[in-house]
Amino acid sequence: MVLYSLTFYLFSSVAVLSALMVISAKNPVHSVLFLILSFVNASGLFVLLGAEFLAMILVVVYVGAVAVLFLFVVMMLDINFVKLREGFLQYLPFGALLGIVLVIELGILFLTDRSSNIYNNQTPLQPIVNEVENTKMIGQILYTEYFYLFQICGIILLVAMIGSITLTLRDKGGVKRQNIDSQNTVDASTAIEKKKVKIGEGI
Amino acid sequence: MSEFLFEYLPILIFIFIALALAVGMTLLSFVVGDSQPDQEKLSAYECGFEAFDDARGRFDVRFYLVAILFIIFDLEVAFLFPWAVTLGKIGLFGFWSMMIFLTVLTIGFIYEWKKGALEWE
Repeated sequence: MVLYSLTFYLFSSVAVLSALMVISAKNPVHSVLFLILSFVNASGLFVLLGAEFLAMILVVVYVGAVAVLFLFVVMMLDINFVKLREGFLQYLPFGALLGIVLVIELGILFLTDRSSNIYNNQTPLQPIVNEVENTKMIGQILYTEYFYLFQICGIILLVAMIGSITLTLRDKGGVKRQNIDSQNTVDASTAIEKKKVKIGEGI
Repeated sequence: MSEFLFEYLPILIFIFIALALAVGMTLLSFVVGDSQPDQEKLSAYECGFEAFDDARGRFDVRFYLVAILFIIFDLEVAFLFPWAVTLGKIGLFGFWSMMIFLTVLTIGFIYEWKKGALEWE
């Protein structure tokens, strides 16, 4: 149990510190890298909670793809980052207000008696700990019981795919592409043209 | 619960080994190595130029397109994991439900292939 709490404090403190660095780092590329560190630590916390599927998805999707997209955006957009920071003091009151509201909500959650919560004296919310891992638990119901929702997921992904292509793909004219098949099937009849040239004249 | 976590113990040990290696190498080279800082060592020299411009500029939108398509197929793979783990239990219906899902995404894949979104000019 000592190991458990030690790893918890390790992951959570690194996650909080790197989240702090995300908003305070001068270089936006560094802040994206700190965001990745924060994601990785969050996935460690998910493993400690027993939610291994969430941990896996966090690493595969967020660290693998979303963070790379962020990095792309940050590195390639032509933004003057010094100018972006100028409005910091202007937005500070609004941001502080949001932060205070969040802290109050968290405080209410922590301070209220867990046994008399809104779920009508049910047992307090706890992760279901069975012998079955939660990847298996998800797999057992997602593809059969929630068949329609699963197919809707597929269609949403299809729409996202088509939408991103139609939004960003522009066909630039005059691009010559290599067509290996037509190159290989060239023979003398299509490649060479015979012409009779009269003496003293060009073609 | 703790049995489940003990399966992850090797990964934790691995993290610590990686941390110790990274920190140790940096510290050792910092402590043991010679350090004679010089302004000239940081400058562009011989055939190098001084930087003309900022590295940030507008890039082709195709880079984002590739990244977005990567995310979409990454999510598809995320759906495949629990399916592969429980394939023996969910029966034929589960198998074919995934096949329909994959067919829908394959339609999208054929669309982007035909559109030339995967090609680089």
